[in-house]
Amino acid sequence: MSLEAVGALREPVRRAVYEYVVTQAEPVSRNEVAEAVGVGRTLAAFHLDKLAEAGLLETSYASRSGGPGAGRPAKLYRRSAAEHAVTLPPRDYRLLADVLASAVERSGVEPAVHSAARELGAKLAGGGVFERLGTLGYEPFEDVDQTIRLRNCPFHALAQAYPALVCGLNLALLDGLVGDRGWDVRLDPGPTGCCVVIRSKNNQD
Amino acid sequence: MADHHVAQLNIARLRAPLDSPELADFVALLPEVNDLAERSPGYVWRLQDESGDATALRPFEPDIIVNLTVWQSIESLRGFVYRTAHLEPMRRRREWFLPLDRPHLVLWWIPAGVLPTLAEAAERLELLRRGPSPEAFTLREPYPAPAERVA
Repeated sequence: MSLEAVGALREPVRRAVYEYVVTQAEPVSRNEVAEAVGVGRTLAAFHLDKLAEAGLLETSYASRSGGPGAGRPAKLYRRSAAEHAVTLPPRDYRLLADVLASAVERSGVEPAVHSAARELGAKLAGGGVFERLGTLGYEPFEDVDQTIRLRNCPFHALAQAYPALVCGLNLALLDGLVGDRGWDVRLDPGPTGCCVVIRSKNNQD
Repeated sequence: MADHHVAQLNIARLRAPLDSPELADFVALLPEVNDLAERSPGYVWRLQDESGDATALRPFEPDIIVNLTVWQSIESLRGFVYRTAHLEPMRRRREWFLPLDRPHLVLWWIPAGVLPTLAEAAERLELLRRGPSPEAFTLREPYPAPAERVA
């Protein structure tokens, strides 16, 4: 399944469609996609439905008020919650992470995890904070008050199973990455996305 | 209204007495975390004495504190535990608590309107040592509520 899903992204227009959809905060319609990618509505819909078939996007229907087509529900697309990974030869870092996380909880060595994560974070630093977070897959966006929030949790499945451990690790990692460059890094979980928020120290209340 | 609510017990072994400097941050955070729980969607009940919390109750061992709560659903409990400011004290728990060599958290379903007792909670925690089951489970391996009866 994962191989087919990844394979569906080989077509350049379809890839552009996918990348546009996943960078949007809200589900999008085929018209928005057509306009953003610069293709016709029919072609946009074709690729969107192929991506949904492959399990890369999820669909929903929302009725819109006002304007032409009011009352008729619009088909909307957003990134699927399913994870797709292909590693050749086969590797299973998830299983390994599960064992290690479980051992950490049993032995109570979370402080050692935090310091290791902080050190590794410092090694990952380089360039602008916002760009670096993007490269690492956090999908950063600027919120109000010079705050950077992170739309994606790169450790999602592990964070679901071991939230206190993984979110604490991630906080230390990002604290190390950002260093003391005028940023305050802390946990501020919302309903979705990464629990860590990065706030400019110039704008504290 | 659902027929069942989910009861939650968790226990923690203190690194030092509650009135020691080591535990000061935990004690200071407790009122706001309890208040946050009460304001969270799906909150039903929490065990407390006249002091407003349950930290004086030590039914297991003198250095083990307990937290016994009732929620409308597993999702509401999960939302409070992991998607609110409660996550920050969770992250810091090793500063205050020693790891236990047995389960420290157990969930079980109770009929809505009935409150769990500490004795019952201790039995469920003991039951969990044999592995999760519909009678005693965890957030990591949850079980659905008993089938809703047809009225």
